[in-house]
Amino acid sequence: MVADATLVDRLRHRFGDHIVSAELETIDPWVEVAPEGLVDICRYLRDEPGLQYDMLNCISGVDYLHTDPKKAAQAAWQPHLVVVYHLSSTITRQRLVLKVTTSRWRQDVAGELPEVPSVSGVWRGADWHEREVYDLMGVRFTGHPDLRRILCPEDWIGHPLRKDYQPPEYYHGIRDH
Amino acid sequence: MAEFLVHTLSLPAPLAYLLAALIHCGFILGLVAAGAVVFIWAERKVSGRIQDRLGPTRTGGKFGWLQSPADGIKVLAKEDLIPRAADRLLFRAAPYVSFSSSFTAYLALPFADGWVAFDTNVAVFFILAVLGLEVFGVILAGYASGSKWSLFGAMREAAQVVSYEVPLGICVVIPVLLTGTMNLTTIANMQAGWCSNWLIFHDPFTFAVFWIYATCALASVNRAPFDLAEAESELVAGFMTEYSGMRWSLFFMAEYSSMLLVSCLAVILFFGGWHGPIPVFDWLGWAYPGGASSWQLTGFLANLAGCVNFITKAVIGVTVMLWIRWTLPRLRIDQVMTMCLKYCVPLAAICFIGALWWQVAGWWSPNHWLPLRPDGPGGMRETWVVAPEAACGEVARRLPWADSAPPHGAARRTLPGCGLAGPPAGWRTGSPAAARGGVQ
Amino acid sequence: MSIINDPRVVEFNIRTDEMLINMGPQHPSTHGVLRLVLRTDGEVVLGAAPHIGYLHRCAEKIGENLAPRQWVPYTDRMDYLASMNMNLGWALVVEKLLQLEVPEKGRHLRVLVAELNRIASHLVAMGTYGLDLGSFTPFLYAFREREKILDLFEQVCGARLTYSYIVPGGVTGDLPQGWLQNCAQFLQELEPVVDDYHALLTSNAIFIKRTAGVGVLPGEMAVNYGCTGPVLRGSGIDQDLRRDGEPWYTSLYDGYQFAVIVQKEGHYPQDHDYPAVPAEAVLGDCWHRFYVRMLEVVQSMDIVRQALDKYAAAAGDCGTPIKLNHKLPPGEAYLETEAPKGQMGFYLVTDGSAIPWRVRARSSCFANVSVTSELCRGCLLADVPAIVGSLDIVLGEIDR
Repeated sequence: MVADATLVDRLRHRFGDHIVSAELETIDPWVEVAPEGLVDICRYLRDEPGLQYDMLNCISGVDYLHTDPKKAAQAAWQPHLVVVYHLSSTITRQRLVLKVTTSRWRQDVAGELPEVPSVSGVWRGADWHEREVYDLMGVRFTGHPDLRRILCPEDWIGHPLRKDYQPPEYYHGIRDH
Repeated sequence: MAEFLVHTLSLPAPLAYLLAALIHCGFILGLVAAGAVVFIWAERKVSGRIQDRLGPTRTGGKFGWLQSPADGIKVLAKEDLIPRAADRLLFRAAPYVSFSSSFTAYLALPFADGWVAFDTNVAVFFILAVLGLEVFGVILAGYASGSKWSLFGAMREAAQVVSYEVPLGICVVIPVLLTGTMNLTTIANMQAGWCSNWLIFHDPFTFAVFWIYATCALASVNRAPFDLAEAESELVAGFMTEYSGMRWSLFFMAEYSSMLLVSCLAVILFFGGWHGPIPVFDWLGWAYPGGASSWQLTGFLANLAGCVNFITKAVIGVTVMLWIRWTLPRLRIDQVMTMCLKYCVPLAAICFIGALWWQVAGWWSPNHWLPLRPDGPGGMRETWVVAPEAACGEVARRLPWADSAPPHGAARRTLPGCGLAGPPAGWRTGSPAAARGGVQ
Repeated sequence: MSIINDPRVVEFNIRTDEMLINMGPQHPSTHGVLRLVLRTDGEVVLGAAPHIGYLHRCAEKIGENLAPRQWVPYTDRMDYLASMNMNLGWALVVEKLLQLEVPEKGRHLRVLVAELNRIASHLVAMGTYGLDLGSFTPFLYAFREREKILDLFEQVCGARLTYSYIVPGGVTGDLPQGWLQNCAQFLQELEPVVDDYHALLTSNAIFIKRTAGVGVLPGEMAVNYGCTGPVLRGSGIDQDLRRDGEPWYTSLYDGYQFAVIVQKEGHYPQDHDYPAVPAEAVLGDCWHRFYVRMLEVVQSMDIVRQALDKYAAAAGDCGTPIKLNHKLPPGEAYLETEAPKGQMGFYLVTDGSAIPWRVRARSSCFANVSVTSELCRGCLLADVPAIVGSLDIVLGEIDR
């Protein structure tokens, strides 16, 4: 039903290093994928007979950052961003989770958004989901046809769902709080 | 009335005419305004009942009688908004154009025999022409509002109304053809007697034409399912979007008065006008020749009853329009135009030819069953108000038997053998001589 | 950069003979604050761009500061016409993470209220769709029936619209006395009225003219865009999460007999009593989407009847809601449920404390509305409300 060892082997066999890791012992097993191979892997998953993950359900961004320095020191991971893709197949009724890990800022230059290739060429539904992740989490999707903000106003500054986001005090003369 | 004023009150003629005109306009304005008020209330009540709710129930007692006047007062008190992008002069002028054209058409509409503000022999033509002016108000409103939505509504309305005037005109021409006159009083009087005399029953083509007329009338007054000029769900309020307060209510009144007008026109052309289904007043002996009836109390009362009858029929027509609005969804503009050009116009044209043929060939029609005929061979006829030979004014005098017509005031009594003698020769049975004789 | 010079937007390089019309965010027929920028050549729409975000209330950010039990009212306000289903989706995903099973009686109760809310949601969809097309009366008839459902829900949890009833662990309170009889009676009253709706809308010639062949969404395109629910089934794709979803969700419907409403070989299941598909209707057009919803109402009535019996027969309680300070084990879970408007998904990431690390709501209408720009191309202006209405969107869910 969900990702299992055979699928991971198949992907590893085909894409080699682009399959970074796989976590199969959790409630929703996932496969972690390198950004460079994301589009090819997605296309393969969509088109390969027997897999046919023709529907992209959701793209989410998760920000792993502890703003509290004490918790940051105890954390098992370094600050990073994860883009999570939930796929499903209307034909085989299976589900799959893909993850792409990226740094919080591109080449650690604060203000430069990290880049992940866009899968909107594989599933048209990714278009709006990626716009939302760009808007709220600040991930730039390369190759996206129209990467603009979708929920926040076009001239909004900052990416609200990031853990270190500070809302502006004024917006067009309106005081926030 | 002007002559009356000149003679009785010794007023100078121009003043008398002016006064008469003002009195007539006053009556009609009163009727139009009262009609609008009543119809708005009726619409809310009827729509409420159709939608399983009550409608206004608080202002003015249990039935909400005073809701319309209350709305009128509210509307008068509203701020007079003119959008900044609007063309100020045209914006202000547009409601008046619409309303005045709708109101002017009533001038030629007779409410009972002789009860017409402007008795003209081209009444049908006049009414159609003036009704068509209403679209100018709409276009002005749409353009002058400075809003794209209003412009859309205005453009749709212009296309729709102008297109539907063609089949409307064809439909209206058929009763004119059958009766040989454009004088509405004459057309109505020609349908005096039993309801079988009504033109709608003249032949199957005329029956069909009524339904086409009903559709075209709905379209030309922008009522659902043809109300896309003011389509609430697409265009907010179409050409009326930027209007508020008194200006908006003028548009609204124009719409309701147009509805009543086309309904009245339908009643005169197809349903006998003020002549009832049953010729009661003739049995009572209160029928008088045209013109003379006003000066007799009984004649006046009969006319009054005729007027009430007429208005009742028109109100039924308007109620059906309300009913249709709340039942059916809205057509799209291309479907409206398709309906007009592909269906209404050819059908109306075919029915025109059919009715013409029926008339020329002299085939039997229900109108022959209990026909209205002046006193002559075959007995008398029932009339509602007016003596038969004077019913059609000059028309009757040109008919073959006019010379043997009885003196004025002699209209009454028995049914003519209930049609057992076969189709009698009369001026409405389609004999070419009568038709020719009847044409003005 | 002026918007007209940005090649990515629909306003790009607009000519003088074309019009740029703004439909919304305040508009009678966009079902909420949706802004549609239309580029038209007279009445023909050349391009349409939906703009959302006017109702964004930062629910996901707030979810990172509240316990799951406290976040339930935020799910209410997403698809506020189907609050029970939103609550259910969230409760199920939290329970999936906790691996907490609700007793049998609670499961049947959840199915009962969720399906009743599906009926209510589809009634609104049907009524407002008629209103969009100019047919005012079915709107009031639909709301008349919906009032009865709202009264039932008020008896259950005290609220008419945003219930917060189904919470992680169970429900906030059991059904009151006599409620089962009230519900059964409501179903009896609703059944004959459905025929009225069909007469007024589904088989009405003008309605068919306005909806058949309009806004045709091919099945493949629907799947590729991520459309779900009646939009997907109206395009002929056989997918319903109540049958095809994850076991954690489909176990809720174990033992229930129901058919998935999708056209197979030209027929819909159990459509023998209802109007046939008109000749002008094309699979994937507005009429089919509307028809799927109408049949789903009847289907849901059937499920509710079964649930009433199963609930009455089940023993035990309906589950205990989790406490506010209940520690969530570290991990993540994603679950999609079949909400009335499509597949509603919730993604929950936790780090071991009682407050989640990340909460994500995957809205069913989000993907459905993204298809608008494709569907509206080339149609007439009057078709735009017909198309948007047939997608049945609620901006509360799209914007969260």
